[in-house]
Amino acid sequence: MTAPAPAPQRSRATTAGPAEPGRGTGGGRSRRRRGEAVTGWLFVGPAVVVIVGLGLFPAAWAGLLALQDWNGFSAPEFVGGENFSDMASDPDLASALGHTLGFTLLFVPASLVAGLVLAVALNRRIRFVSLYRTAVFVPFVASAAVTGLLSNYVFDPQVGVVNNVLRVAGVPAQGWLEDPRQALAVIVVMSLWQQLGFVTVVYLAALQDVDGTLVEAARMDGASGRQVFRHVTVPGVVPATVFLAIWQVIQSIQIFDLVFTTTRGGPLGSTTTLVYYLWEQAFRELRFGYGSAIALVLFVVTMLLTLVLAVGSQRRGAGAPA
Amino acid sequence: MSAVRGPLPAAVRAEAPRTTEGRRRRRRPSAWHLLLAPVALLFALPLVQMVLTSFMPSADINRLPPRFLPSALTLDGYRALFTRSEILLWLTNTVVVSSVAVASNVVLCSLAGYGFARLRFPGRAPTFLAVLGTVMIPIQLLMIPTYVLFARIGLLNSLGALLVPWLATAFGVFLMRQFFLSIPRELEEAALLDGASRLQVLLRVVMPLAVPALVTLAVFTLVGSWNDLIWPVIAISDSGTFTLQIGLASFQGARRTEWSLLMAGNVVAIAPLLLGFLLAQKHFVATMSGSGLKG
Repeated sequence: MTAPAPAPQRSRATTAGPAEPGRGTGGGRSRRRRGEAVTGWLFVGPAVVVIVGLGLFPAAWAGLLALQDWNGFSAPEFVGGENFSDMASDPDLASALGHTLGFTLLFVPASLVAGLVLAVALNRRIRFVSLYRTAVFVPFVASAAVTGLLSNYVFDPQVGVVNNVLRVAGVPAQGWLEDPRQALAVIVVMSLWQQLGFVTVVYLAALQDVDGTLVEAARMDGASGRQVFRHVTVPGVVPATVFLAIWQVIQSIQIFDLVFTTTRGGPLGSTTTLVYYLWEQAFRELRFGYGSAIALVLFVVTMLLTLVLAVGSQRRGAGAPA
Repeated sequence: MSAVRGPLPAAVRAEAPRTTEGRRRRRRPSAWHLLLAPVALLFALPLVQMVLTSFMPSADINRLPPRFLPSALTLDGYRALFTRSEILLWLTNTVVVSSVAVASNVVLCSLAGYGFARLRFPGRAPTFLAVLGTVMIPIQLLMIPTYVLFARIGLLNSLGALLVPWLATAFGVFLMRQFFLSIPRELEEAALLDGASRLQVLLRVVMPLAVPALVTLAVFTLVGSWNDLIWPVIAISDSGTFTLQIGLASFQGARRTEWSLLMAGNVVAIAPLLLGFLLAQKHFVATMSGSGLKG
């Protein structure tokens, strides 16, 4: 996606070149080109230094750290692949992986289904629709810290509104974030509250590309609303779904913020996710080498998963009848 | 109602204005309201309760059952928040970090975006690829080496540690480059022929056209830097350098049950973004779907 982009632009520049007046002698042209090279680097230099300096350079360093045993103070010790073999026999890492998988399996399908349904509903030209849209989109600006405090409040066993609604309905009070069996589910619910607006917006944009002539044509051919949805709308939002699935899986694998601002991995470690465990290992236990090794594996697995999802969906799309 | 229906393809709708088909269409929205009204209520409820609780006397919250609507409005929560915590300092820190982040992104990403879109210089393509490649690399992989690096140059526990990573973003460079590529080159050529420098062309000709893209970039940078949590948690341990977000997170232990203070803190932390959202929903929504550009 990135590589081909500059190409058409360059060819355009070369075709425009000879038409440019005032190019004078060959020496003048090369001076001008050198001038543009300097200008170019002056323009992109500052941003490139920040982005590449803090984006690529530390990543390479992390690869080196992953081969070391280091607490940040004493001399780093080269241990080869020991950090990686430690990971295989770390029961806490295994349970963190389990919690992360559990979160992903609950969060990703729920957010895609609910996001699509909401987008279809919000795509209607009905009364109050802008009000509904605002309500669904607004939590997008709520930070993890704000969402975390809200989760603690809304799901508080004593004063929380959820238990008080349940009490009116005759359901006994639940522990929610204080219950090891429920805490992860509460974090899923609050993540949905915070992020469904994003999924809905992406689906809305996709629906607005689908809508119009194709839907009207299907309607005129006598298709029912449900048939239109199944045979026109759903195929039309497949690319958006692939993008969102990849995006939400990455978000799920990397979940840290809401765990940090609600349960801090508890109760009884029931919400310790991979990145939370990684953070604990690196910045609480000061195991920089082991933390880097986990981060590296996490990165590689995420990339592979993204690749599988992207390629798999493309192959399925190509194989499907037109 | 008719105003809302205006943008529909008139020719199609006009064919069956008063038939049963037309009536069926008019009645259908009510079914969607049955889904949308409760959902919208559920989404709005936590924020509404947050605002109500921030103005509530604590007696209203701690009675059984707690009140949803306050019996009286009070500023106790805000008074406690501003006198008994360092929130004013955290707010100042956050405003400083976010303002510098937005200003720096607007300047550096515009320059870089224009450079990548329009100027020919050796190494342009690989450099642009390197910038884009960083989007793939998650903060989890970067945080340990960056922490060590910042510790070595003595940047930890300072606003600088929070600022530097936000000076320019790959998303911003990509966004501005794509925007500049979409502008017809002819607009700039006239100015260049008149002897204007590239910087003058960028400032006088291109930037005035780029306002929508710049607003999207500013919204993205503002929300991202204002709400950032994991990096400040790692880089800052001294409460005098906290941002609002770590400050709020630090309330969790010590002030667990001071709900009106906690919710007042939430209101302070979300208010600027919420006001911005309500005033410029279009741009926020554009930014939300624009983050799809990263993929």
